Amino acid sequence: MRNLVPSVIAIVVITAFFGFAYPLLMTGVAQVAFNHQANGSLIKANGTVVGSDLAAQAFTSPRYFHPRPSATSPAYNAGGTTFANLGPTNPDLAKNMKAAAASILGLEGPYNPGLTTHDIPVDAVTTSGSGIDPDISPANAALQSRRIAAVRRLPLATVQKLIDQSTDGRSWGFFGEPGVNVLKLNLALDRTGAG
Amino acid sequence: MSGQGLTQILVYAVALVVLGYPLGVYMARVYADGRVAVGRWFGWLGSIENGFYRLIRADAAKEQDWKAYSVSVLVFTIPFLALLYVIQRAQGHLFLNPDHMKGVPAHLSLNTASSFITNTNWQFYGGEYTMSYLTQMAGLAVQNFVSAAVGMAVLVAIVRGIARRSGGTLGNFWVDLYRSLVYILLPLALVVSVLLIWQGVPQTFSGHATAHTVQGATQTIARGPVASQIAIKQLGTNGGGWYNSNSAVPFENPTGLSNFIEMLAILLIPAAQVFMFGRMVAARRHAFAVFAAMFIVFVIGMAVNLPAEQHGSQVLRASGVNITQGNGQSGGNMSDKEVRFGQAATSNWAVATSDASNGSVDGGFDAMTPAGGAVPLVNLFLGEVIFGGVGSGLYGMFFYIVMAVFIAGLMVGRTPEWLGKKIEAREIKYAAVGALFAPTMVLTLAAISISTKAGLASVFNPGAHGFTETLYAYDSQGNNNGSAFAGFGLTNLSAYLGAIAMLLGRFVPLVAGLALAGALVKKKAAPVSAGTFRTDGPTFVVLVVGVIGLTAGLMIFPALTLGPIVEGLMH
Repeated sequence: MRNLVPSVIAIVVITAFFGFAYPLLMTGVAQVAFNHQANGSLIKANGTVVGSDLAAQAFTSPRYFHPRPSATSPAYNAGGTTFANLGPTNPDLAKNMKAAAASILGLEGPYNPGLTTHDIPVDAVTTSGSGIDPDISPANAALQSRRIAAVRRLPLATVQKLIDQSTDGRSWGFFGEPGVNVLKLNLALDRTGAG
Repeated sequence: MSGQGLTQILVYAVALVVLGYPLGVYMARVYADGRVAVGRWFGWLGSIENGFYRLIRADAAKEQDWKAYSVSVLVFTIPFLALLYVIQRAQGHLFLNPDHMKGVPAHLSLNTASSFITNTNWQFYGGEYTMSYLTQMAGLAVQNFVSAAVGMAVLVAIVRGIARRSGGTLGNFWVDLYRSLVYILLPLALVVSVLLIWQGVPQTFSGHATAHTVQGATQTIARGPVASQIAIKQLGTNGGGWYNSNSAVPFENPTGLSNFIEMLAILLIPAAQVFMFGRMVAARRHAFAVFAAMFIVFVIGMAVNLPAEQHGSQVLRASGVNITQGNGQSGGNMSDKEVRFGQAATSNWAVATSDASNGSVDGGFDAMTPAGGAVPLVNLFLGEVIFGGVGSGLYGMFFYIVMAVFIAGLMVGRTPEWLGKKIEAREIKYAAVGALFAPTMVLTLAAISISTKAGLASVFNPGAHGFTETLYAYDSQGNNNGSAFAGFGLTNLSAYLGAIAMLLGRFVPLVAGLALAGALVKKKAAPVSAGTFRTDGPTFVVLVVGVIGLTAGLMIFPALTLGPIVEGLMH
């Protein structure tokens, strides 16, 4: 009992400070100093929110670059992230990768003569960790670039330039891996007005 | 594996030492005298500290023996279990709930409350669609601070038991708790929060955003006061994510740099505590030897996991897609991994989070190759003593050190000593309980789960991998890690069995550690002689690593043959 009184008071005081004051203070700092990031890195076009820098969204039209497969329900649900959790020997994993590869061959094949499964980068057929990975690998973007150039009637060099502009390199040129932000890239494509 | 990737890992190891050493020195001073540590410009902090003790009516000047200290820990922690349970159940009727989350079911609330008060942060739920902002920040994030501070306090008490040459007391719980929270965790959390917000982690009280996508669909974007929670989840080796996919989600971990900062935050305090220990017992060379033993096991984990993931599984290679690194991709097994991290950073994280009792992930473990996934499985089973959880890692390591010293003593036929204290039957008993309780419990609970129909209902993947999922679930909860082969599902049985694993896995070794310290503190220091086994040389390092391998390592081996080894051989 001698311990219970200090415990109960300490629980109240600690919850008040670390549970309310601390996050409030950080929110104040964040809203003032880093407003864009603090509110979810939202992208606006003509006043409406079209997405976030940090979340993939569904692109199915051949006019657009496509993001990586997603295990969320529905796909690319930024309010319900999940792994696929398929083990390395789960038959569903092999089945899903095969189906994804076949669909890529069907979509990109006409624009890439002689395309084989071995030309498909692994990130294009595997689910991401979050289900909303905003990036594809530069190799994946390069594979899709010929289709985009043909469908939109843009020079391949222009498409390549837009890819470069939407590529987030390693942080400080060192940490992590480079990735191409699919939403930023597709918005940049739409801004060209082509196709 | 590229030179670039290996260099990232090397920079990580160097940064850990460069930042960990001064932090360890600072922490040793903080616990010796809170006011000295923060310098003469901060004298007013001392008044606040004393005000806190007066406010909670604790006698801060009074030293406690190991029993009184243990009682304080338990009486402080258990009411939090009740509070956290009630917040979750009632969140639907409370404030700070902009997205109208309903009350959490009873079995899940109990599992989650047990999980967060024990520094486990196992999650049978997805935070962004289960928990209100109130539950996340005033319930779960508070525990991220508190459970970490409790572990740190207990470690300091145990170290005092080793260091002190007279008296029978270990310090005062309230003082150690306050100083851990306010002088160590809080300033670090402020810095890491700001860095994460800068990199893109949200920090807002607004509810979910709705986007009208380019192709005309609507997309819900979950956000909230995320950064303040993620900072302390890493620093306190907690690991519970705001989002279901944890730090794989760009909103928790947006860039390569945020990934590096979070990884560093995972092992920073545990690494610093080794240096703090060296200062407090005035045996810095011994601390370096302990650090070296930990570092060796860390490197072994990297050396298995990274090549396995880069090489990919047989199924992945048979699929025929391009997994070769270079030419614009990181390649390898990209299942459940993120492009911006690739193989090296994901592998580094997996090893760090399972060496510590952190349990946050930046890529899915369930999808790792058999050999790659076996690394965190084994790391957990060793008791997370490789740097380990804040506090609990190093006192877990003490159990192994006591056993190693004892075995060395047997080999040369002398009474074993550790830092001048004779190790006798009582100490060995406490150390054995501390080191072997969790592994024994883990194997027992996994066996119960895998041999009952109700237990099998949790299994997601077929075959040997399903067994590994089950073993990992109890390994993770029993050792208070919290990472998962995340296909493992919530049932009534798994929720309650898991809660038992987490509570016993936390408090049995914790009390065993305090009891060990209580026994050691009463011993007179023996003078060093020519026959004393040296605990600061390479022989000691090899012996400690060997003892870890021979005890926990051999205990898990039979289970490994049923899980990852079978799976690896099948294809």
